[in-house]
Amino acid sequence: MSADLAAYVLGIGDDALVAAQRLGELYASSPEMEEDVALANIALDQLGAARLLLEYAAELTGDGDEDTLAFLRGPDGFRNHTLVELPNGDFAVTIAKLLFLAAWQRPLYARLAAFPDERLAGIAATAGLESAYHLDHAAQWTIRLGDGTAESHRRMQDAIDTLWPYARELFTLDPVAERIGVTPPRAEWDEMIGATLAEATLHVPAPADVPDLDGRAGRHTPHLGPLLDEMQSLHRAHPGARW
Amino acid sequence: MVTAGSAATARTGGTAVAADSESAAAAAHTDGLTALAAASAVVDPELPFVTIAELGILRAVDELDGGRVAVTITPTYTGCPAVSVIREDVRVALADAGFPDVEVRTRLSPPWSTEWISEDGRRKLADAGVAPPAPTRTTLLTITVRCPQCGSPDTEELSRFGSTACTALWRCRACTEPFPRVKER
Repeated sequence: MSADLAAYVLGIGDDALVAAQRLGELYASSPEMEEDVALANIALDQLGAARLLLEYAAELTGDGDEDTLAFLRGPDGFRNHTLVELPNGDFAVTIAKLLFLAAWQRPLYARLAAFPDERLAGIAATAGLESAYHLDHAAQWTIRLGDGTAESHRRMQDAIDTLWPYARELFTLDPVAERIGVTPPRAEWDEMIGATLAEATLHVPAPADVPDLDGRAGRHTPHLGPLLDEMQSLHRAHPGARW
Repeated sequence: MVTAGSAATARTGGTAVAADSESAAAAAHTDGLTALAAASAVVDPELPFVTIAELGILRAVDELDGGRVAVTITPTYTGCPAVSVIREDVRVALADAGFPDVEVRTRLSPPWSTEWISEDGRRKLADAGVAPPAPTRTTLLTITVRCPQCGSPDTEELSRFGSTACTALWRCRACTEPFPRVKER
């Protein structure tokens, strides 16, 4: 149980960490200043959740700490879903990724807040409150762009279509989650995404083949490596460096 | 031994620590400061006109055997960068008050709520130009947000995310001043 719990916590922690790093890349390049502040805040929330989860995962395995997990693993060792490692693309892609992620994290954290493990439940309860803002933000942008100009509508639909196969990975079989009794929030996700896309005058893409990737098993896209190179460069060049 | 959880439940119940903060602040420069008073007087690094007790971040202060002190804090947001500064400030404040052996514990359950911000804390936030949150989360849909500069209720939200993790950015339509507002949670 403890090994499974550690693996599970590491997976959702890696989702948050990689999402934080991708969002952080956008700092000072958003279309308007308010959006810059918003995306940086969301990145900070994701990083905060990631630190708590990785710290706990390290304690459960009795090996290392949040820093060794974040900075000393290669791509094969990361357990995040591939959705969060994809490049930011245009603003529509950034928003669609956040929408898919937050629509999954929000109900998942709500479930985990009632999980028998007190530590994980506490982290999930706090992170869930923040996730609600992320979901609301992404949904509002999706609606504004989808129901906006012809160009913004086209780009938003393109982003949804492009990311759709990766979103399916959120709901593929995860043996670790199954063993500790956590089922992914499929119904909540479908309902939230369906309602948001409808209001945005966008259509739900047809079912797509899931790419032969499985982030939870360490099978990633080529995009994760360069992301980690940048994130880990300081720690690798100066082991144990502190601010 | 008293656990952090039971001590916090017994001692704070949401307001007990905050109620001590006035006297704590008044006593901050006198000798013989208690550990509770010293910890209660620590100010928030990002909102330096309110103390961590007034914000409800400080949950418990327990004096243990051998002069050791355990301070329990609940961060506002998971990624709040002020937390590491608060930990250090608490250690320094307690060392100055004669308690060099301090353990700062973080407790996440229950998660921090704006309902824990004391009356004094709300007043000080408003005085400093930061609109305080509604007293309870249940009134969120019916509240009027008043401009902390001119008092007008004619205000609008510019962005749900502000300059700190716990604030949103608002603007007053009457005096046109932008202002931060602590988000309910």
